[in-house]
Amino acid sequence: MKYLCLIYSDEKLLHSLPESPRDAECLDYAQTVQQSGRMLAAEPLEPVATATTVRMRGGKLSITDGPFAETKEQLAGFYLIEARDLNEALQIAGGIPAARVGSVEVRPVRQLQLEG
Amino acid sequence: MDLDSKQLELHLERLYREESRRVLATLIRLLGDFDLAEEALHEAFRAALEQWPSQGVPANPRAWLVSAGRFKAIDQLRRQARFQALEDSPEPLAEGEVWDGEHLEDDRLRLVFTCCHPALAFEAQVALTLREVCDLTTEEIARAFLATPSTIAQRIVRAKNKIRDARIPYEVPGRNELAERLQAVLQVVYLVFNEGYFASSGAELTRQHLSAEAIRLGRLLLELLPEAEVQGLLALMLLHESRRAARTSAAGEPILLEEQDRSLWDKVLIAEGEALVLAALQSRRFGPYSLQAAIAAVHAEAASMDATDWVQIVGLYDVLLRATPSPVIELNRAVALAMRDGPAAGLQLIEALLARGELADYHLAHAACADLNRRLGHWAAARAAYQRALQLSQQGADRQFLERRLAELPTM
Repeated sequence: MKYLCLIYSDEKLLHSLPESPRDAECLDYAQTVQQSGRMLAAEPLEPVATATTVRMRGGKLSITDGPFAETKEQLAGFYLIEARDLNEALQIAGGIPAARVGSVEVRPVRQLQLEG
Repeated sequence: MDLDSKQLELHLERLYREESRRVLATLIRLLGDFDLAEEALHEAFRAALEQWPSQGVPANPRAWLVSAGRFKAIDQLRRQARFQALEDSPEPLAEGEVWDGEHLEDDRLRLVFTCCHPALAFEAQVALTLREVCDLTTEEIARAFLATPSTIAQRIVRAKNKIRDARIPYEVPGRNELAERLQAVLQVVYLVFNEGYFASSGAELTRQHLSAEAIRLGRLLLELLPEAEVQGLLALMLLHESRRAARTSAAGEPILLEEQDRSLWDKVLIAEGEALVLAALQSRRFGPYSLQAAIAAVHAEAASMDATDWVQIVGLYDVLLRATPSPVIELNRAVALAMRDGPAAGLQLIEALLARGELADYHLAHAACADLNRRLGHWAAARAAYQRALQLSQQGADRQFLERRLAELPTM
């Protein structure tokens, strides 16, 4: 089953706390998950300042600056993984270095029934 | 109805009472779906009622019921063309698997940990465990937690959906995760015990099978994880359970601690409970359950109410209150303090507690208030408090006791 692990953090703190992970550690962890065969995709995101939100209302496109939700913790990256069950997904999510300074939301991915 | 089929029906009723949760736990593991397993369980008992009169009662009824339930579910899935989904389930069915006692116990423990998974809201963990592991009805759970049956039903449905959709595994967590998962399990087990020890409603004061169930779960957990708090919880339950025979009169009315015939207390259970408390306290890693067990142990070693070490009990309550602040613990501390310093001192604390409103609907708070007023000779206040407690209590034997106390008050 696929799980999306969404990494949320306060951008200002993500790299500035004593326990903040360094890039090398993040890469190492991603590599570990990759080698275990459970990684489907993982990407860090550019800062929230680069986000633009799009809505279609009554046939009219509205575009606003900023992320979907203005909260203290913002989406900073994601892992898309293949896990046996929620426990395995939670274990992988718990190992993401950014979990030490931010939060990781784990969401099962619904399977779309697409015709070949 | 002839005698044989009547006997068989009684036998099946007993089997349902004693075995249905074990069978259900195994069916959930085999089928990977709570609702499907529940349906299969009922189908299995229906099949037994139809087939056993002609075929006789099987040698291992439990295994028979598991097999029958599993086949009924597979039939149903075939009809719904969902068989593929079952074959893809995380734990595929093993052909010819033998369902021995040990295996079924594992399934029960798996079910407990699944129901108490931290990915579920705590209220949902409790409701689900009581419903699925202990077979309490939605109405009983609702009464125990002062909620409406529809709220509880919704909680259970949402929890089952999350187990299915997020694929919460049906397993006992590994050593590294076990400790953190245990807290919820302990709390649920204790709530089940309490429901059996002091039923929230019904004609009987106690529902012994629930307490026995909780103690059994406690023993299983201790075997699995010999942690201080598991020892503490089991000790607490055993020490309470030791008083069962002394807690009710022949008429079924509750007998307060001070009036209990202590020779009726079960010395074997007390000895086992005390040994567990001691081990838990010596580990220095004890928590609220061990502290409550220690309080129960102080009561257990006293020959009478007057001979009880109330100074030590109030001291233990102080520590407990720091560890887990709660209005109910404050109430119990106030009652102990009334024994140490006199009823007026205890009453003052309880009145302040009631004024805060958190225990306004808790009948035991009003009953305690009534009792202290009675001891002080404040008849009008005692009367009002007994009446309030009666309005709030749904428990038959407890109501009788309150009514008797109320009738005994002198009229002015």
